[in-house]
Amino acid sequence: MPAVQDTIDRVRKIDVDQYKYGFQTEIAMDKAPKGLSEDIIRFISAKKDEPSWMLEWRLEAYRRWVTLDEPKWARVHYPKIDFQDLYYYAAPKSTPGPTSLSDVDPELLRVYEKLGIPLKEQEILAGVQKTDASELEEPSDNVYKSGRVAVDAVFDSVSVVTTFKKELAQAGVIFCSISEAIREHPELVKKYLGSVVPTSDNFYATLNSAVFTDGSFVFVPKGVRCPMELSTYFRMNEKNTGQFERTLIIAEEGAYVSYLEGCTAPQRDENQLHAAVVELIALDDAEIKYSTVQNWYPGDAEGKGGIYNFVTKRGDCRGHRSKISWTQVETGSAITWKYPSCILRGDDSSGEFYSIAVSNGYQQVDSGTKMIHLGKNTSSRIISKGIAAGLSQNTYRGQVSAHRKATNARNFTNCDSLLIGDQCGAHTVPYMEAKNATAKFEHEATTSKISEDQKFYVMQRGIPEEEAIALIVNGFVKDVIQQLPMEFAVEAQKLIGISLEGSVG
Amino acid sequence: MLEIKNLHARIVDDGTEIIRGLNLTVKAGEVAAIMGPNGSGKSTLSYILAGREDYEVTEGDILYNGQSILEMDPAERATSGIFLAFQYPMEIPGVATMEFLKVAMNEQRKARGEEPLKIPEFLKRVKDAAASLNMDMAMLKRPLNVGFSGGEKKRAEILQMKLLEPNLCVLDETDSGLDIDALKIVSDGVNALRSPDRAIVIITHYQRLLQHIEPDTVHVLYRGQVIKSGDKSLALDLEANGYAGVIGQAA
Ligand SMILES: Nc1ncnc2c1ncn2[C@@H]1O[C@H](COP(=O)(O)OP(=O)(O)OP(=O)(O)O)[C@@H](O)[C@H]1O
Ligand SMILES: [Mg+2]
Repeated sequence: MPAVQDTIDRVRKIDVDQYKYGFQTEIAMDKAPKGLSEDIIRFISAKKDEPSWMLEWRLEAYRRWVTLDEPKWARVHYPKIDFQDLYYYAAPKSTPGPTSLSDVDPELLRVYEKLGIPLKEQEILAGVQKTDASELEEPSDNVYKSGRVAVDAVFDSVSVVTTFKKELAQAGVIFCSISEAIREHPELVKKYLGSVVPTSDNFYATLNSAVFTDGSFVFVPKGVRCPMELSTYFRMNEKNTGQFERTLIIAEEGAYVSYLEGCTAPQRDENQLHAAVVELIALDDAEIKYSTVQNWYPGDAEGKGGIYNFVTKRGDCRGHRSKISWTQVETGSAITWKYPSCILRGDDSSGEFYSIAVSNGYQQVDSGTKMIHLGKNTSSRIISKGIAAGLSQNTYRGQVSAHRKATNARNFTNCDSLLIGDQCGAHTVPYMEAKNATAKFEHEATTSKISEDQKFYVMQRGIPEEEAIALIVNGFVKDVIQQLPMEFAVEAQKLIGISLEGSVG
Repeated sequence: MLEIKNLHARIVDDGTEIIRGLNLTVKAGEVAAIMGPNGSGKSTLSYILAGREDYEVTEGDILYNGQSILEMDPAERATSGIFLAFQYPMEIPGVATMEFLKVAMNEQRKARGEEPLKIPEFLKRVKDAAASLNMDMAMLKRPLNVGFSGGEKKRAEILQMKLLEPNLCVLDETDSGLDIDALKIVSDGVNALRSPDRAIVIITHYQRLLQHIEPDTVHVLYRGQVIKSGDKSLALDLEANGYAGVIGQAA
């Protein structure tokens, strides 16, 4: 637990709200007028220089969206969102589109620097240090400086820069913003966009299809193992502006890619909306590993402000023996509504979902996964660790189903919940459905409270209360932390410690 | 070093008084043994010394180096040098023993204003301490106390004690669950910690341990009070005649 030591230092530096990324930046912004209409969608599409088919696609989604109602089934409560009271497009003025680093507003670079994400490649490489072989040595504090991660930085509605593009291109990997992909690789986008999450999928996905602004595009061709971690860092800065990210990742036959997304937002009194769609496609023998460290602003101690995080993430194991693995560490957002799922279409394909969801204060989390077994001999594995503290509500919602033709479908589900204090709630809502008699589904679930005995024991060794809890919780989530790319595991442990700050006393 | 004066303490939940006017003084350099029948309040006393919140002190005081510690939380007491080797050590799933040691040592160093230990120095200390207790380093990669045998847990307690170098060591039935060889090894470990500026309180039921770790004083606890104190011969007397005589005298 190397994190714990640092957790306290960090926590001490943060003021009452404990959210260290809560700063705002004054940057000249180019905005669409408030509200949503066909004109706004035309505006966004024009800003992005999109081909007409893309605009049509958006408009069709919009026309459908106006006929839809917000979903009500999740265990989350919030005042009705006025979708006409939001800005749907905001871009830093100096960045008319994807640019080379030298064109990026230095103020923007400073924002990312402040977030610990340097975007200047030469500096990143200069900062690369030799890693120590000792198993106890703490990995470099800042993974983005390790030189092993390429970053796409998305600021409000646009991608401001993507690092290491050239190196990746040499390997045949395309890594760019989705806006750039629509212009530069229309055939790929046309083929795959909306093929996993159709525009009609659900209220938020349909909205996203109409207004999505930026996100990442990854294409790993046949037989290529992506030579570095790919990562997108989302920053929501502008007031009253929704962020509608769209990410599309394609791994062709035998390809492999590991991708991580991180995100932060300033502290604001109003709620902000983030409605993303992520689509993953794995062809025969391909593998995609998608990790999320979600740290949107959770709101203040009274439950004011914070991000509404309504996200549709789905992976399609389209090819035989393909594999998609979701790992998520969810610590931020006022409300999280998120179910990264796998469609196990190819024979012998497999899906995994590893999740840590921490809620504190007034946070509400309703998250889980769906594993849809369609092909033969498909398998899935779900490990979910929910930690609820303060007055928060934390729900795991999962669905595992085996189609009629899915012979020998296998699932293992393990959901553990840990309660800190007695004013929070943890709930587990599993649905299981097997239409094929050969399916074998296993489900385990536990709910426990952090034990006073354990806490006393740890504190007796000189570890203060907050750190003692962070230590015990990090032990509780170990199985999932181990699934994260090694470089990010330490970061995630720290984050968990920080988000539990204030959960006692 | 430790002065317990007319201590009264009860269980917060139901108000039952467990410690009822207990007096005990342990000087620096001293090894004190506490004996007493089951349920007399020995473990409770150790928990109260360490600051467990389930118990409430209603009267009296605990002075450590002349200062009352009643207002300090368990972590503060630990960093000030009070160590409790638990009768029943807790399991901490998912936290490797090695990591736990590192966090604990560094937290204590930090509280004293010292730099965290460098990894090689840390490893060296752990290796030396583990070797002296005949503990396998492989075990230290496992989550703390999880699946450890009874005796292994006790050894792990002494390992932590050695590494944390406390001033006041309280050992609650560290001998129970140890095999004959382990008893010797652990006793040697404790004896090595004897020093003029350290006090050791040993809670035990058996004279056998006191043959290895010779106490300077022996105290009999009964119904939340120290009813008799003496030197090591008192332990021999108890071994031979049981508690009945001592309890009778006190009544
Ligand atoms: N939290 C508690 N709730 C209820 N009873 C308690 C609690 N803590 C202690 N007691 C009671 O207080 C008394 C003293 O217990 P304690 O564990 O201190 O005894 P002990 O002297 O250590 O005994 P042993 O030799 O068996 O270890 C017992 O009767 C025990 O049941
Ligand atoms: Mg006891």
